Amino acid sequence: MDQALQHLVNGTVLGGTYALLGIGLTLVFGVMRVVNFTHGELYAFGAYMTYAAVSLLGLDFYLSLALATLLGMALGAAIEFLLLRPMRRADIDSTMLVMIGAALVLQNGEMWAWGGVAKLIPNPFPGTPLVVGPVSVLPLRLFVLVVSIALLLGFWLLLDRTRIGMAMRATFQDPETAALMGVRINWVNSATFAIGSGLAAAAGALLGPVFMVSPTMGDLVGLKAFAIVILGGLGSLPGATIGGFALGFVEEFAGGFVSTEYRDAFGFLLIILILALKPQGLVPAKERIG
Amino acid sequence: MSTLLGWGFVAALAALPLLFPDPYLLAVLTSAGIFIIGAISLNLLLGYTGQLSLGHVAFFGLGAYASALATLGFDIAIGFGWRLVVAPQPVWLGFLAAIVVAGGFGWLLGRLAFRVRGAYFVIITVCFAQVLRMVALNWVELTQGPMALISIPPFSLWWPGEGWIALYRKDQNYWLVLAVAVLAFLLVRQVVRSRIGRALVALRANEPLARSVGIRVTHYLVVAAVISAGIAGAAGSLFAHYVRIVDPDVFLFIYTVTMVIMVVTGGKGTLWGPVVGGLVFGLMPDLLRGTAPPEAQWIIYGTAMILFVMFLPRGIVPALVRRPS
Repeated sequence: MDQALQHLVNGTVLGGTYALLGIGLTLVFGVMRVVNFTHGELYAFGAYMTYAAVSLLGLDFYLSLALATLLGMALGAAIEFLLLRPMRRADIDSTMLVMIGAALVLQNGEMWAWGGVAKLIPNPFPGTPLVVGPVSVLPLRLFVLVVSIALLLGFWLLLDRTRIGMAMRATFQDPETAALMGVRINWVNSATFAIGSGLAAAAGALLGPVFMVSPTMGDLVGLKAFAIVILGGLGSLPGATIGGFALGFVEEFAGGFVSTEYRDAFGFLLIILILALKPQGLVPAKERIG
Repeated sequence: MSTLLGWGFVAALAALPLLFPDPYLLAVLTSAGIFIIGAISLNLLLGYTGQLSLGHVAFFGLGAYASALATLGFDIAIGFGWRLVVAPQPVWLGFLAAIVVAGGFGWLLGRLAFRVRGAYFVIITVCFAQVLRMVALNWVELTQGPMALISIPPFSLWWPGEGWIALYRKDQNYWLVLAVAVLAFLLVRQVVRSRIGRALVALRANEPLARSVGIRVTHYLVVAAVISAGIAGAAGSLFAHYVRIVDPDVFLFIYTVTMVIMVVTGGKGTLWGPVVGGLVFGLMPDLLRGTAPPEAQWIIYGTAMILFVMFLPRGIVPALVRRPS
């Protein structure tokens, strides 16, 4: 029981960042119909920018996190402008190929710039865990959870209360009708891709100090983001949030009770099962899939 | 491209080791050839059915492991105290095992993945390769995990007057790969020109319409997946016995991407596309070697993919040959 409680806490911490990743990817897919293969690279980019700001420039830790997120948004906006805007009329597969090419360039650019050796980001938190009853958690991980939840709430407020949020929701539902109603689609696309990329970069910036930073860190995470999104139903924002936490719990519990070695495989097995049995995901979006 | 020109091209390639017996050149062409076989098989799915299958390396890796394990033999626990023991088999049997195992998984993945389309199909295929990589990494009793399968015997062939000979030399392996590539090319051509191929092209053009005139869409897609996976498995087997070491990295996404780039730049849905794209991108790493770091190669690959999709979406071959193939 105690062990289960500990897994629950760990799963929640992991799930928070997974939800950030999943929401970014779903938002981009829902609004722009783009399967974003650069998502994992934006995550790595966020981690590297944090490393650069903290270790090389000697900036404050919290300031570095914010800076990394902003730079991630800027990179996302650039990708949208250079690659996705010219491809707006193209079919989904061609756009996917372009994004795979972009991911290849980004990842190897990172490898070139930073070298293959993993980097450690110093953080101001004490290394001794907080112990509450049977559960212990590192202060840094708690901080990561709090910030992820704050970002999730902020994102919901943005979507729910602002004009751009309303424009995004409208485009999400039906791009053509939204355009007819006077929504400037180009602008919505830029904002969407920038916010999606910013969320990925923020997740990277937050998890960078927890794990190590390496050029291939985005690979697995990019695929996991797909898992989260499929789990929740591609194109469903509440689904992506639930899917993020669900994947966190599945990995923690299956990793703890079934097999540690296959920890990372459970997510992918889950996707294949879900797609085979219930392809619309846990929270179905209204869309044709078959 | 006319048949005569094609056979002339094959004859020129076959004569190459006699004219330029440079082992380095042959090694480069042999590994490019193995990837070209992979690209030829991927083209059947990507080009002719129009399904963006991004887990293709799964079949390549399955072929490599199946062939390597069959020729090395293995001894694993299968539960309830039973053990599955396989003694080392001759290499040609490993080659067959590779085709059968990869084809079988092609059928399985086809049955699962063709229930969905578009982004869903892509993601399921990507995840499939990823799961196999995890299994290869962690099922240490069978695959040796990250320690890799080593000392894999080279390919051996029966030759009149010589009996069984092991192919250690570079030129022998080169000819073997060339022969398999020609067979794969002819097989795909045969499939494309058959009833199956016409069904595939029909459903690529308009799936609901194809369905409505009575084409069993899923059936033909699964058939294409099995053939494509089988050929990729054969390529994996060639790889295992040529490089003679197999580790879980054969399942890396980047190799799928390499094959996709070869098909897309060469011209998807054309018979010669994967060959042309495969020669360009199979030889490029070695042209760059020494002048640029390895990352530069991938940056060029990525950039090439972007530029081709944006500015020459149909690829090199259709741009050269006006006639629709």
